[in-house]
Amino acid sequence: MKYAYYPGCSLRGTGRAYEESLLAVFRALQIEVDEIDDWNCCGATTYMSVDELMSYALAARNLALAERNHTDLIAPCAACYLVLNKTQHYMREYPSIHLVVTRALDSIGLSYKDRINVRHPLDILLNDIGVATIASKVKVPLNGLKVAPYYGCQIVRPYSTFDDQRDPTSMDRLLEACGATMVRYPLKTRCCGGSQKGTLPEVGLDLIHYLLVEAQKNGAEVISTVCPLCQFNLESFQKEAGDRHHPTCVPVLYFSQLLALALGAAPEEIGLQRGFVPIEPVLSGREIAYA
Amino acid sequence: MELKRTVKFEADRDPEFARWVSHTVGGERIRHCLQCGLCSGKCPLSLYMDYTPRRLMHLSREGFKEEVLGSTSIWLCTACYACMVECPKKINVTHLLYALKERAIEEGRYPRRFAIPIMAREFSRMVRGRGRITESWLVVQVFLRSAIWRMLGMSRLGLKLLRTGRMPLRMERIQRRKEIATLLDSVATTRKELAL
Repeated sequence: MKYAYYPGCSLRGTGRAYEESLLAVFRALQIEVDEIDDWNCCGATTYMSVDELMSYALAARNLALAERNHTDLIAPCAACYLVLNKTQHYMREYPSIHLVVTRALDSIGLSYKDRINVRHPLDILLNDIGVATIASKVKVPLNGLKVAPYYGCQIVRPYSTFDDQRDPTSMDRLLEACGATMVRYPLKTRCCGGSQKGTLPEVGLDLIHYLLVEAQKNGAEVISTVCPLCQFNLESFQKEAGDRHHPTCVPVLYFSQLLALALGAAPEEIGLQRGFVPIEPVLSGREIAYA
Repeated sequence: MELKRTVKFEADRDPEFARWVSHTVGGERIRHCLQCGLCSGKCPLSLYMDYTPRRLMHLSREGFKEEVLGSTSIWLCTACYACMVECPKKINVTHLLYALKERAIEEGRYPRRFAIPIMAREFSRMVRGRGRITESWLVVQVFLRSAIWRMLGMSRLGLKLLRTGRMPLRMERIQRRKEIATLLDSVATTRKELAL
């Protein structure tokens, strides 16, 4: 089966390494994807506060475009995943929203029949490919690298069907199959503050800091994320948060970078050079040689 | 000495606002709220709020419009959905917070140069014009209009992003840009027709 692929805006900007590494994982596991033709911004969390109805119409255009050739859509970004799911739910639950969105799509010659499954890469890897298959394809085991699994909010809440909303484990299982050791991380679904760092910095920095401290305290060498905004916040503002409280030094990678590394991808192919907190000492310390 | 009454009278309520709350998307089940406080307990931002989510639920369903729309809570919510998942009465707390934020922006109830409504406006403008967001340009727009002095502090981060190829200078856009304007205009027309 070929999946429709919806990268979203962040994966073309600050989250480039997410896309690069995810596509490397897909290649290694022979997962075929088609990028949705002329996809547009999903509206993210921000558009909802301007105009909810319009944000559903924006998201629905992508669903309608994907539906022309596919049934399953991969949305790697947490905000995109949530917004596309929410739009589907609301079109089903509220006839008025359904009517407004259907008419809007009609005005640009599209229609949506509710035949798309919006899915996260974690779900695809775990349920369509399977842990056993992934384990059998590992070329460079992660050698007990200590990883704090950070899921953030919008992947598991409120619509996720593939994992537990309070204690998700899908990323844990995938990375363990690659030879990583998961450390206890009770804050795994706590919010990183989203865009709060930009708008209300003192609050944003607090939230970021305690996530980092908790990971470091529990012995994590790396934090693994599934969301471009979480990755950006935890990494880019680590120094600033440390200056306000006390310093931390934990590299923050996408789960797909760790997976791709284990599946034998080269570091520059999966954006390891794009990080701000150096990762080489951690990897060479664990004797994780690049293939 | 300034004397201030700390308890509200029934007459301070705005019944129209209470009606609006219980008819808005997300607010339908608000009458079922038990005031159990799980939402406040789970909220990672409640410790910065003037009215925690539990109090906000109560104030909004009773129609205390001034307190609700003037509270810091609606701006602090990051939409992490922790409250909604925990609510034993399945109230869509997060969605209601969105509705309150939308209403506060509509009514212009925020400090001048406050970054959140500015970001919301610039975000929607960029989507309408180009179909996609280029994060770096969005951030520049927001700072220009809210806190230009903070741009200086951000310049080091900007350089780092540039160096690691995470800040494209070319702005992203879709090909059929007209479709976005048509789509959004259609929503506005239907909404007017149906008086939503």
